[in-house]
Amino acid sequence: MNIIIVGCGKVGCKLAEMLSHEEDINITAIDVQNSVVNDVVANFDVMGVVGSGASIDTLNEAGVKEADVLIAVTDSDELNLMTCLIAKKTGGCQTIARVRKPEYGKEIQLFKEDLGLAMIINPELAAASEMARALRFPSAIQIDTFAKGRVEILKFRVPQGSVLDNLKISELSNKLNCDVLICGIERGEVAHIPDGNFVIQSGDLVSIVAAINKGSQFFKEIGVKTNRVKDCMIVGGSSTSYYLANMLLHRGISVKIIERDEKRCEVLSTLLPKATIINGDGSDKKLLLESGLEYAESFVALTNIDEENIMLSLFARSKMNGKLVTKINRIAYDEVIGTLDLDTIIYPKNITAEYIVRFVRAMRNSLNSNIETMHFILDGKAEALEFKINESSPVSDVPLEKLSLKQNALIACINRGGKIIIPRGQDMITAGDTVIVVTHGKGYNDISDILE
Amino acid sequence: MNLKLIRRTLGIVLLFEAACFCLPLICAFLYHESEWSIFAGCALLCLALGFVLKWNTPKDMGMYSREGFVIVALSWITISLFGAIPFMLTGACKSFFDAFFESASGFTTTGASIFSDVEVLPKSLLFWRSFTHWVGGMGVLVLLVAVFPLSGGSNLFLVKAESTGPAVGKLVPKVRKTAKILYTLYIALTTAEIILLLCGGMNLFESLTAAFGTAGTGGFSVTNSGMAGYSSYIQIVVTVFMILFGIDFSVFYLIIIGKISHAFRSEEVKTYLGLIVAAIVVICFNCRGIYGSFIGGLKDSAFQVAAIITTTGYSTANFDAWPELSKTILVILMFVGACAGSTGGGMKVSRILILLKSIKKECKIAAHPKTVHKIKLSGRMVEHETVRAVNVYFIAYVSIFALSLLIISLDNFDFTTNFTAVASVMNNIGPGLAKVGPLENFSLYSPLSTCVLTVDMLIGRLEVFPILVLLSPYTWKK
Repeated sequence: MNIIIVGCGKVGCKLAEMLSHEEDINITAIDVQNSVVNDVVANFDVMGVVGSGASIDTLNEAGVKEADVLIAVTDSDELNLMTCLIAKKTGGCQTIARVRKPEYGKEIQLFKEDLGLAMIINPELAAASEMARALRFPSAIQIDTFAKGRVEILKFRVPQGSVLDNLKISELSNKLNCDVLICGIERGEVAHIPDGNFVIQSGDLVSIVAAINKGSQFFKEIGVKTNRVKDCMIVGGSSTSYYLANMLLHRGISVKIIERDEKRCEVLSTLLPKATIINGDGSDKKLLLESGLEYAESFVALTNIDEENIMLSLFARSKMNGKLVTKINRIAYDEVIGTLDLDTIIYPKNITAEYIVRFVRAMRNSLNSNIETMHFILDGKAEALEFKINESSPVSDVPLEKLSLKQNALIACINRGGKIIIPRGQDMITAGDTVIVVTHGKGYNDISDILE
Repeated sequence: MNLKLIRRTLGIVLLFEAACFCLPLICAFLYHESEWSIFAGCALLCLALGFVLKWNTPKDMGMYSREGFVIVALSWITISLFGAIPFMLTGACKSFFDAFFESASGFTTTGASIFSDVEVLPKSLLFWRSFTHWVGGMGVLVLLVAVFPLSGGSNLFLVKAESTGPAVGKLVPKVRKTAKILYTLYIALTTAEIILLLCGGMNLFESLTAAFGTAGTGGFSVTNSGMAGYSSYIQIVVTVFMILFGIDFSVFYLIIIGKISHAFRSEEVKTYLGLIVAAIVVICFNCRGIYGSFIGGLKDSAFQVAAIITTTGYSTANFDAWPELSKTILVILMFVGACAGSTGGGMKVSRILILLKSIKKECKIAAHPKTVHKIKLSGRMVEHETVRAVNVYFIAYVSIFALSLLIISLDNFDFTTNFTAVASVMNNIGPGLAKVGPLENFSLYSPLSTCVLTVDMLIGRLEVFPILVLLSPYTWKK
C-alpha cells in the first residue's frame, strides 16, 4: 500500500512513525520545507519530496498515480482540501484531509461528498469527543465504535462482589434486563471469545457490545462505579472546549468554562447559552475555589500551555475527587507525565494520527473486501470487524442458530439501517445490514469467512 | 555512542564474511588445491568471532548519524583485516602490510596489487581476490541492510555512510527495499556479463573473476597480461560493462519501471557519457602514431578510458607508453571518477559538476553582488548543505592527498610515480603511471608507504568522512 503524507508537522511525523513500521506500507512525505523533510527521512523509513502538495509536479514526483491514500495534514485547511482535490483528480487515490476551522464545520459533509474525500478529520473535535468519552465512562478502559458511532465495544474490569462475579453468561439476560452482549473476556494472559457456558469471575477484563445509549445502563445494572459526571469545569476557552462543552451540554451535563480573554468569553456565551462562562484567570487559585472546584465532579484542563494544564490538574486533584482530564499538546515527556496521578491525559495530535491510522488500516484490510470498520480488541488478540452484507451472502435470511460458525467467531451485533440489534438465536441477517463479528481468526474479508 | 549496537553489527559483518569465505573454499575443492583448509579455517574463525560479538541483542537499537559512520568505517577495516588472512597463510604475501594492502585493495575495489606474478598464485586465492571486488562494489552494509534488521531505526544512516555520491537518496520509501533493488540490479548486470563472457569463449573461472572485477569496478586480473590477452569481443564486452557499472543505478531502476524520460534527465550521466566520448576521441587522435591510424587505437583507447573513469583499472595496453596528452587525460579522469550511486570510485561526476557550478556562481556574485543564484543539477535545486558538504569533501580530499604524497615521497621515487600512486589508490583505480604503471605493481613501496596507501584506499572508497569521523575525538566524547 502506498501512502502520501502532505505536511510533516507533528501529526505528519506521528503518522509517518505509526505507519512506516508496517512492512507493506510505503510512505512518501511531502513538505515545503527542506529541513523538515530531511528530518522525517532521517528519523523514519520514508521517502521525502520537497514541494507544495497542491502542485501536480510535486504530487507526480511523489508517485500520486501509484498511491492508494493521500493524507493532507498541513497547517492550512484550504491547502489540505486543494491538495486532496488535485490528488483525487490526477491519481484517483483515497484522500484524507485535516480541516480544523470551526467555520467549516457545516461544510464538511459537502466537502466529503463533492470533493470525494474519504475522511475529514478535525483534531480539536476528535480530541473533544475523546474527552467526552472519557467523562462518560470513566471506568471503561477501552472504547471502540462501530456502525458510524452507533455501537460501541467497551472494556472494563469486573469489580469484587459484582453481580457478574461467578455468573454464567447464558444467565446474564435473565439476571439483568440489558440488551448487551459479552464478546470477549481477558483473564491473565488469555483472551476468550466466550460462549454461553463461560463463567465470569471478578478481576476479568470484560468487553461488551452495546448500542451507544445502552452501555451506561448496563454499567449501572452491574454496579460498576461509572462516576457518570453531572457537571464539568473546563479551564480554557479554545475551540476544543467549545466542542466538548457542546457535547456535554447535549448530554445534560452542566458546564462551567473559565476563560481569560473577555472577547472569547462573549463569543462562547453566544455559542453556548446553557453553559456558565466565567471571565477570569484559570490559574488563579482563589477563582477556581470560588467557582466551586471542590464540588465539581470533573475537571478538564484545556489551556494552550501544557505545563499550566498539568499544574491545574495536580491542584484540582488535591482539592477534589472527581474525574480529571488533561490536554497535552507537545508529545515529548509522556513517560514522565504518565507517572503523575492525572487520570486521563489527552494528546490531540496523537488522537488525530490514531484516527487516520485506524482508517488507513481498516481501508487496507477492506480493499477488495466487505469490511466497513475494523478494530483490534482484547489487547490486540482478537479483531472486531464490521461487514456489509450482500444480497447473495450465504448468511442472509437464515436464523443465526442454524448457521454453523467457526469456533472462536461470534456475531456480536446487527445494524439494520441504524437500528441496533443484539442478536439472539432466532434473529436473521438480511441483505443491506452491517454485522459486527468478533474473532480470533485473521485475514477475514467477508462474512462468509466465519462459516465452517 | 551505542557501542553494543556497533559490536553486534560488527558480529553480523564477520558472519557475512564467513559466508563469503565459503566461495573460495568451493573453488579450492574444485581445483583440488590444498588451500581449502586455509579458507575453511578463516570461515570458522569469522563464524566463531561473529557469533561471540553478535551474542546478545542490545536493548537499545537506536542508530544515529555518528553510529552509522563509525559502523561503516569499522566494518570496512574489519573485513579488510580478516580478508587479509588467506594472503598471509598461503604464503603469497611475505608481510602483514602487503596482505592488508592486497585485501583492502580488493574490498575497496581499487585493484592495485603487490604481486608481480599472479599466475603462480592458487586459483582459490585469485578467486577470493576478485570476489572481494564484487562484495565491496555495492557495499557490505547495503547488502546486510537488505537482509537483516540491523538497527531499530531505518538504517538510512548506514546506507548513506557507505553509498557513494554527494546526496544519497532512496529509490523507494523503504531502505530495505531500496537495498534489495540495488543488489538485484547488481546481480542481474553481473550475471549478464558472465553469460556474455562465456559466449566469447572465456572459461568459467576467468569469466567469473573478470565479471567480479568489472561489476565492483575493481580491476584485479587473473593473468599477468591483464585484459590484453583476450579477444576483441571480450574486451568490448568488458568495456561496455565497465561503462554500465559506472552509471548511477537509480537510472537503471527508472528505466526498468518505465520512467525513461526521468532517467535521461540525469545531467550527471549525460556528462559522464559525454566525457567518455570526448576522451576517447582525443586519445585516438593523440595515439594515431602508435596505432597507425585513428580507428586503430579506438578499441584500446575506449577500453582504457572506460577502465580509468569508472575506476576499474583493467588494462589492455601499456598506456604508460602513450603520449603525454593521453596520459594527462587519463590522470584527470582518475580524479573525476564515475557517477554517484554507481559502484565506481573517484570524486564522482556530480561533485565535479557542483564544484564547477559553484565557480560560476562565485563569478556571477562578484559581478552582481546582490544576485541570487541557486546551483541546479538535473534541473533540481542543489541544497546549500550539499554544496557545503561537497566543498568540504574536496578540501579534505586534497589535504589527505597532499599528506599521503608527502609521506610516500620518503621512499624517494620520482614524482609521477608517487603522484599517480596516491591518485590511483585514493580514487580506487589500480594502476598509475611510471613505476606503478599498468605493467608494474605496488610492491616497491616500504611498509610505511604501503600502510598509508592502504588507508587512502579505505578513505577513497568510503568518501573520506567515515574514516575521519572514526578518528575524530568528538565522536568518542561522552
